[in-house]
Amino acid sequence: MRRVVVTGIGALTPIGNTAEEYKKALFEGKSGADFITHFDTEHFKTKFACEVKNFNPEDHFHKREVRRLDPFSQFALVAAEEAMKDSGLDLEKIDLDRAGVIWGSGIGGFHTIEEDITEAALAKPGHRYSPFLIPKLISDIAPGHISIKYGFRGINYATVSACASSSHSIANSADYIKLGKADIIIAGGSEAGIVKAGVGGFSSLKALSERNDSPQTASRPFDKDRDGFVLGEGAGALILEEYEHAKARGAKIYAEIAGSAMTADAYHITAPHPEGLAVTKVMELALADADVTKDDIDYINVHGTSTPLGDIAEIKAIQNVFGESAYDLNISSTKSMTGHLLGAAGAIEALACIFAIQEGLIPPTINHFTDDPEIDPKLNLTFNKTQKRTVNNVICNTFGFGGHNTSIVIKKIS
Amino acid sequence: MSEIADKVKKIIVDKLGVDESEVTPEASFTNDLGADSLDTVELIMEFEKEFDISIPDEQAEHIQTVGNAIEYLESQQ
Repeated sequence: MRRVVVTGIGALTPIGNTAEEYKKALFEGKSGADFITHFDTEHFKTKFACEVKNFNPEDHFHKREVRRLDPFSQFALVAAEEAMKDSGLDLEKIDLDRAGVIWGSGIGGFHTIEEDITEAALAKPGHRYSPFLIPKLISDIAPGHISIKYGFRGINYATVSACASSSHSIANSADYIKLGKADIIIAGGSEAGIVKAGVGGFSSLKALSERNDSPQTASRPFDKDRDGFVLGEGAGALILEEYEHAKARGAKIYAEIAGSAMTADAYHITAPHPEGLAVTKVMELALADADVTKDDIDYINVHGTSTPLGDIAEIKAIQNVFGESAYDLNISSTKSMTGHLLGAAGAIEALACIFAIQEGLIPPTINHFTDDPEIDPKLNLTFNKTQKRTVNNVICNTFGFGGHNTSIVIKKIS
Repeated sequence: MSEIADKVKKIIVDKLGVDESEVTPEASFTNDLGADSLDTVELIMEFEKEFDISIPDEQAEHIQTVGNAIEYLESQQ
C-alpha cells in the first residue's frame, strides 16, 4: 500500500501570515478577531471578524495580476508558494504529469460576486459584464492558477463542501496518491468571505457571534455563553507526497496522512444532526481507514465553531466513538483563535495537528470562562492554555453546511 | 495631447499595469502591452464607462492600438 506524507506547508491566517507565525500564535493562544476593516459595518449586527492582517496583494503579484485574482485566489497562491518552497521540490526533477492540485473553497470569489453583481444591478440595460467575472469567481480557478504557476499537469479540481471543503481536498488528494494516480498533490483551501453579503448572510442564519463589545473573546467554543462563530479568512496549503517518492529525494517529512473518511448527515441544510450520528460514523470510518484504534488517538482538533448546537453534537459524537477513552484525549478548537475560515478551515486545522505532533504541544481552546452544564466536565478540552503531550495520532474534524462531514487521521512518522 | 488621449492613457496604465512611457499611439494592446483577449474586452468596457458611450462589438474589434482607441473615442465626441 502506498503511503502519503506531508512534505511542505504554507499558511496565511488571521493570527499569522506564514506557517511559522501561525504555529507560534496558536501555542501562544492569540486571538485573530477585531473590528472589520474591509467594509463599513454600521448596519450589520456583527461588526468584527478574523481578517488576515497586513496583506498587500501588490507585495506578491504584479498590479495587472491583482485585478485578475479574487482575494481567495491571491490567498491560495501565497499559501501554495510558501508550501512549495518549504517542500524543496525541484520542478525540473519531478514528473509534472503526476503532480496535481486539489483545492477547497466554500464559496470561491465572494468579493467578485459582490462587487460585479452590485455593479451590474446598478447599471443601465445593456451593461457589459467584465470578462473576468466568471474566471475570478469560480471556485476551481484557485487550483487552476496554482497549476499554471507550477506547471502541474496532473489531477486538478476544486472541492466544494462549505466548511469541510479543504478537508475533502486533503482526503481526496491522499486517496489519489494511495491509488497511484499521482505522486504529489498540492492540497488545502482558501476563503475570502468577509464581505457584506458574507457577514449579512451568515448573520441571517443566526450563525455569527454578535459579541461586539469584545471581539477577541467572541469565539468561545464549548463555553456556556458561546453565541456563534466568528468569520475568518485566509488559506492553508499542504504538499502531499507519496512516501517513497519523498524519501528518495531526501525530503523533510512532517507527518503522515494515515486515513480519512467522509459522510453526510442527510438531515438539514444548516443544522447539525443533534445526536451527531454521521459525525460518529465519520470518525469510526477514519480510524478504520488509518488502521488505528481509538486508544491510539492523542488529540482531536474539533470542528468546534462556537455555535450552541454544533459544539454539543460533536462532543456527543466523540463520546459515542471513544466511550471512556474520551477522557484520555486532548480535545481543542483552534477556531477559538483563528475564527472560522470556512473552506480553508480544514487545511489550517490539519496544520495545527501537524504542529501538535511536531512540538509535542496541544494548541488550546481559548476564551473559556464558564463551563457548559451540557458538556461532560471530565473531558479535557484544553481550555485557555497550551498543554504538553507526546502526540502520535490525531483526528482532525470538519463539517460543512449541507451536512458534509470529514475526518482525517494524521500520524507521526517514526 | 488631447484630454481624451490623456484619459485613454491613464486607463491603459491602470488596467494593464504598464509604464506610461510604453503607452505610445502605435503600441498594440496585445503585441506590445502584454494584454490578452480578456484584457482588451475590459479596456473597451472602461472606455465605455469613462466616456459614457456604448461601443458596438464590430467597432471594438478594430481598436487594437492606443492610437485606434484615441481616434475612435475622439470621433464619438
